[in-house]
Amino acid sequence: MTLDFALMADKMPEILSGLWVTIWTWLVATILGAGLGFLVASARRYGPAPLDWLLKLYVEVLRGTPFLVQLFLLYFGGPFVGLRLEPIPAGLIGLTIYASAYFSEIFRAGFEAVPKGHVEAAQCVGLSRGQILRRILLPEMTMLVLPQCVNMAIILIKETAILSIITVPEMTGVISAIGSQQYAFVEAMFLLAIFYWVLVETCGYLGRLAEARLSKFRFAVP
Amino acid sequence: MSWRLFELMLWAAGYTVLLSGISIVIGLGLGLLVCAAKLSPNKALSLPATLFISFFRGVPLLVQLLLIYNLLPAVGIMVPSVVAAVVGLSLCTAAYQAENLRGGFNSVPRGLIEAAEMVGLSPFQQLRRIRAPIALRLTLPALVNEAILILKASSLISIVGVIELTRMAQNLAASTYKPLLFYSVAGGLYLVICWTVAGGGSILERMTKAGRT
Repeated sequence: MTLDFALMADKMPEILSGLWVTIWTWLVATILGAGLGFLVASARRYGPAPLDWLLKLYVEVLRGTPFLVQLFLLYFGGPFVGLRLEPIPAGLIGLTIYASAYFSEIFRAGFEAVPKGHVEAAQCVGLSRGQILRRILLPEMTMLVLPQCVNMAIILIKETAILSIITVPEMTGVISAIGSQQYAFVEAMFLLAIFYWVLVETCGYLGRLAEARLSKFRFAVP
Repeated sequence: MSWRLFELMLWAAGYTVLLSGISIVIGLGLGLLVCAAKLSPNKALSLPATLFISFFRGVPLLVQLLLIYNLLPAVGIMVPSVVAAVVGLSLCTAAYQAENLRGGFNSVPRGLIEAAEMVGLSPFQQLRRIRAPIALRLTLPALVNEAILILKASSLISIVGVIELTRMAQNLAASTYKPLLFYSVAGGLYLVICWTVAGGGSILERMTKAGRT
């Protein structure tokens, strides 16, 4: 077997557009997923008990089923309840909801890991709930949850590949289509694997950099 | 949904469990080897292990599966798609399990190893009697977690044409034109499987903790 990567070279513009779709869908879903996850974690902490149970069910169901099945349910099942989505919005919504469940668990653990004494001390000096959240919980949590958030972001890069199954024109979809056209599927898959590998390692490296920079705030955490 | 169709879904769920189980077991064996290589002071062993772990953790499983599924025939190995799928799942989980095991071996208390040296256990005896049992017990929660991840990830082998739970739901959804129903049932079955494994895992953890000194 010989590998001929030249076949892929003249398809570079298409490959780069796929790479771009992968990167922006990933960024949007990660940011929205983290935001929604934070809301879910906060609602479970501060909301009434029934809301907590409901959201626990939301989290457990999303964490207990494959992303592919969730995506199929949204994309193919959606039209039957009047939710007709194009591939990219469906992929973004699916990935955001999926991510929110995992992020909410990260934030929940983060809330719990902040020492009770710090919150009590803040209450004693008369800080309001909002102030405690903004001044005490969030800064202390950031350090605690950062490694897991980076980890989740890396998992999400890899999950974007699944979007190709519902025909989102991201990297996996584009490169495997080119591979089939050129009859060079193995080369295409190698190239694809290397692209993801570089993306994931870069993200991990940036995460470690951010952790190192923020580690000066670690004094807040015992 | 008729009982006959539900039976098909159950059968497919069983197949998902079987294939995931096989992959987990092969992955554990392979993961032990990779972990041993990674912990070795010999660079010729540890470097390939590091590369293996980084690659299989850094590339989406879907891409790994497509690569293996197409690479095997290209190098002249003709296997049914289910074998390619199990190979892909096993290699992927091996990389994750190797990292988990490494964490376990690194968390064995230094004092215990020193004590074992003091009473004159050979390096192999230390491994068999002290380090391996403790490391495996420490890795158990991560192993259960990994099993759940692989059960869910196994939905991707539907892409290479293995008729497991997701593919069965896909086929039935297409032929009956009821995607909502069949994907919900598939999701429900995955939930039952994952929750059962998680429950079994915590019972197992409690049992192994009971024998702890």
